[in-house]
Amino acid sequence: MEVKRPLPQIPSPVWSDVKDLQEWEKYHQTRGDDDKTSNALTAIADAIHHMPGGWIVTTSTDKIFNWARKSSIWPVTFGLACCAIEMMATFASRFDVERFGMVPWASPRHSDLMIVSGTVTIKMAPMLKRIYDQMPDPKWVISMGSCANSGGPFRHGYHVVKGVDRVVPVDVYVPGCPPTPDSLMYGILKLQDQVGEFQKTGTRGTAPAADHN
Amino acid sequence: MAGTLVTVDAPAERWQDLARFTKDDLGCLYFNWLSAIDWKEQGFEVVCRVENLESKLALMLRTKLGAGGLHCATLTSVWKGADWMERECYDMFGVIFDGHPDLRRILLGQDWEGHPLRKDFVEAQYAPYR
Repeated sequence: MEVKRPLPQIPSPVWSDVKDLQEWEKYHQTRGDDDKTSNALTAIADAIHHMPGGWIVTTSTDKIFNWARKSSIWPVTFGLACCAIEMMATFASRFDVERFGMVPWASPRHSDLMIVSGTVTIKMAPMLKRIYDQMPDPKWVISMGSCANSGGPFRHGYHVVKGVDRVVPVDVYVPGCPPTPDSLMYGILKLQDQVGEFQKTGTRGTAPAADHN
Repeated sequence: MAGTLVTVDAPAERWQDLARFTKDDLGCLYFNWLSAIDWKEQGFEVVCRVENLESKLALMLRTKLGAGGLHCATLTSVWKGADWMERECYDMFGVIFDGHPDLRRILLGQDWEGHPLRKDFVEAQYAPYR
């Protein structure tokens, strides 16, 4: 006997409609006035910095912090296309970026670096933005491969974002189609140099594509 | 006939009858793919390929929707596998399959405007992230 089941009516997910997720992220991304510990630490650091000669203490502390930051960059495991194969090869034992202190971590909330490895479609761009927003500050982005840099061979197509810097701010662009693990490691070393100069180069801007949302 | 490709043209109103004939009488149980062609001012043409894997018979079924015609009969009542192919055809060409159980976009986002594989599709430069 044939049993006829009704087709499941699954509503299409629209990310902007998930209100509780947005409020949850807002709660975790912003520091409220009631965070007395962080505000007190900020006030103490400001006071030391504005004392005569106090900037020597704060800039030295910056150096120590930056050394710690650039020695333990954790990239979020986020592969989009064929570049992700080369990224995985970079993470694996032959090229072994763990000697730079990089641990590929499967959670954006514990990560410092997002390697955008591959083609970003217009459908994928909101999810990429969401993962970037879930990462805690300070955070960095490496755009890996021609597709993530500029759209690559799909630039004249209808569905590909013409460069991931239209979605999130990018620190290092790694060219190639796909880049070899050596290229990506060179980009990671360049990023480490940049992280070492973190406070001197000023605070990070917001995402350039924020207006396009 | 073995190993050959036979092309069959049918008018749009006999589209389902042709599909039933190929499945029931010719034994074409394998629905390979379905797509469409934009012949500009002559309108759309829906093409699908079905195969009889035992006797190695491949059939190309075609139907013209006419100038400005967008409606075509669905094949999901004949082959269940036509579901997603017809959704993709609707996504890319805007061909509306009458009787389809769930005709939504399948590859592009639900908020996409236009059908990108049409000849007169113009990419919107002001859309998000472009």
